[in-house]
Amino acid sequence: MAELFELNAIEVWDGNMAASHALRQAQVDVVAAYPITPSTPIVENYGTFMANGYVDGEYVMAESEHGAMSCCIGAAAAGGRVATATSSQGFALMLETLYSASGMRLPILLNVVNRAIAAPLNVNGDHSDMYMGRDSGWIQIDCYNPQDVYDMNLVAFRVSEDHDIRLPAMVHQDGFMTSHTAQRVKTLPDDVAYNFVGEYKPMNDMLDLDNPVTHGAQTEEDWHFEHKARQHHALMSDVIPKIQKAFDELKTLTGRQYNLVEKYNMDDAEIAIVCMGTSVETAEEVSNELRAQGIKAGVVGIRVFRPFPLEQIAAALKNTKAIATLDRSSPNGTVGMLFNEISGALFNTDTKTVLTNYIYGLGGRDLTKSSLHSVYRHLQANAQAGHPTTPLQQFIGLRGPVLSFF
Amino acid sequence: MSQTKTKNLKNFSTSAERFEGANLLCPGCAHSIIVREVLNATDDNLILAASTGCLEVCTAVYPHTSWDASWIHIGFENGSSAVAGAEAMHKALKNKGRLKQPDRTPKFVAFGGDGATYDIGFQWISGCFERGHNMMYVCLDNEVYANTGGQRSSSTPIGASATTSPAGRASYGEKRNKKDIMAIMAAHGAPYVAQVAPNKWKDMVKKIQTGFATEGPVFINAMSACTTEWKFAPEDTIAISDLATESLVFPLYEIIDGTELNITYRPKNIIPVRDYLGAQGRFKHLFSKQYEYLIDEWQNRVDAKWEYLQRREEARV
Repeated sequence: MAELFELNAIEVWDGNMAASHALRQAQVDVVAAYPITPSTPIVENYGTFMANGYVDGEYVMAESEHGAMSCCIGAAAAGGRVATATSSQGFALMLETLYSASGMRLPILLNVVNRAIAAPLNVNGDHSDMYMGRDSGWIQIDCYNPQDVYDMNLVAFRVSEDHDIRLPAMVHQDGFMTSHTAQRVKTLPDDVAYNFVGEYKPMNDMLDLDNPVTHGAQTEEDWHFEHKARQHHALMSDVIPKIQKAFDELKTLTGRQYNLVEKYNMDDAEIAIVCMGTSVETAEEVSNELRAQGIKAGVVGIRVFRPFPLEQIAAALKNTKAIATLDRSSPNGTVGMLFNEISGALFNTDTKTVLTNYIYGLGGRDLTKSSLHSVYRHLQANAQAGHPTTPLQQFIGLRGPVLSFF
Repeated sequence: MSQTKTKNLKNFSTSAERFEGANLLCPGCAHSIIVREVLNATDDNLILAASTGCLEVCTAVYPHTSWDASWIHIGFENGSSAVAGAEAMHKALKNKGRLKQPDRTPKFVAFGGDGATYDIGFQWISGCFERGHNMMYVCLDNEVYANTGGQRSSSTPIGASATTSPAGRASYGEKRNKKDIMAIMAAHGAPYVAQVAPNKWKDMVKKIQTGFATEGPVFINAMSACTTEWKFAPEDTIAISDLATESLVFPLYEIIDGTELNITYRPKNIIPVRDYLGAQGRFKHLFSKQYEYLIDEWQNRVDAKWEYLQRREEARV
């Protein structure tokens, strides 16, 4: 039996420590992992908990991220709670097995500490790895600060392991900006956190020796499509309501309110920025400054990235006159992902708004308030003109000549 | 542990089937013989994994399965890690008192072809062995990527014609010697490493049972004669296997704790390597004037390896 860890009601944790404690409190049965900056401290902290008797599950230090996720898949199929963490190149190395985990309908929690993907090699935060995972069939929840990381880990276990869902989940946080920046985190006592997550209930578990199961069968053109459709159906139909339910219960338990789409200053907003990760809080600050000047500026933060809450996003943005979508990943040949997603959300609605796209912060380049002020100024001009007054896609915070397209 | 009695072949061949005959493997494929011999060597429950390959694609095509034991497949390279993950979960749930059948301890076994073992999956196997998972890894060594139509692997022996190392007017086929996977796995310090062949079933079952009785990672390299890619008649699988073991092309031995080497089968009448090569289409071109010199080289290599194994055995190092 693992020892109780006495936490203060408020701890000063960075995002990695928040994730480590959430894994400990969820009493994960198997953590199989491989270290990579900036997610390494998640498994280092967890290893320290284990070395001091606070964890009684198994801890497998694999020879690579691919091996780590492969072990996670085997462990999840065996029938117990499984979690791990990675970033960037490690995420890319895992990618093959990420599709396996979701296709095999195995609940696994993956903390992704977002980081740029080489080349050029870069250890800092951007959203390239998060974007790379977006077709992999995982639930993806985005965090803006260490408190989010703690809470979303607890939520993700519940949703992922629900028998109606049985899909793996990623909890994303920004490399260094969240993962290595200590902030106040309101904690739950170990038993309260564990009860919120709930006991793991096995299904099709390999270790039920009286009921052998076959995991990872082959399907060709006769069945593959039906399987993938069913997987998509589970992701589309069941996840959003279950996440909402978990958010509601978390609010009852803690008073902390999370939403599928995080709206800030949006009730009467005419111009809005849509973004993810730590940028959401920076944009919120800038919108407050603009509000003080009488400018109706708001922010929409993506909280649940997959499944994408299309209707809720459209509803949040329906009264705007101009929107900027901010993408922290190089689109490499097209518009940013959020531009496409938001366009898709609004296209068949009555909303007539001007949509533009900004690429920012690659490789950990800071997103400054002055950059956001200039984005909002563009939005004001676009709102007034009723059409884009700038190129559709612009790079912000980039040295050298202005780069824009379309 | 619980062991199937292996007094005679009839008794052994009629033991409870956990690998069903209903599968899509080629007639005459040695894989199915080896898998049955491994599974029938224990009465304990089994948790199995397979890497992508002939065995996998022929035994779990939805909505059918040939496995009456829990079985998992993820990809080409990670059957070892799949079973290692399951083994870790078993340990965790045992420790936490959550096993459904706490009185029974299953055996954890991963199967992979030589492509999945010698080549693409080697890193994963090496990781599992270094970490000391309590598992058995069985390589079904047919010396070629048979599932995808006969491309060379690092187990393909020199002189064999494979589709990516074909023999022709300007080439005798595969140019590299077969990788010595036994030495590599023994060098991990694995407690038990053994080479087996399905025709020598008593030797094989004894080794599998030794492996099951061993704590820690066990590596079994099983010669799997491939009727399709070695190019011999399906009814000749055991005859070809006999030629391999009698000619010492495929010597049967075990290595304990990385050092103690024991030869487990000594042919009464060692036959020439030429007889083994001549029985297979993949070596047909070696019997031309142009490439015949390779047959002598083959014989010399096999002789030298046999000499080496005997010296290792004698020296107990």
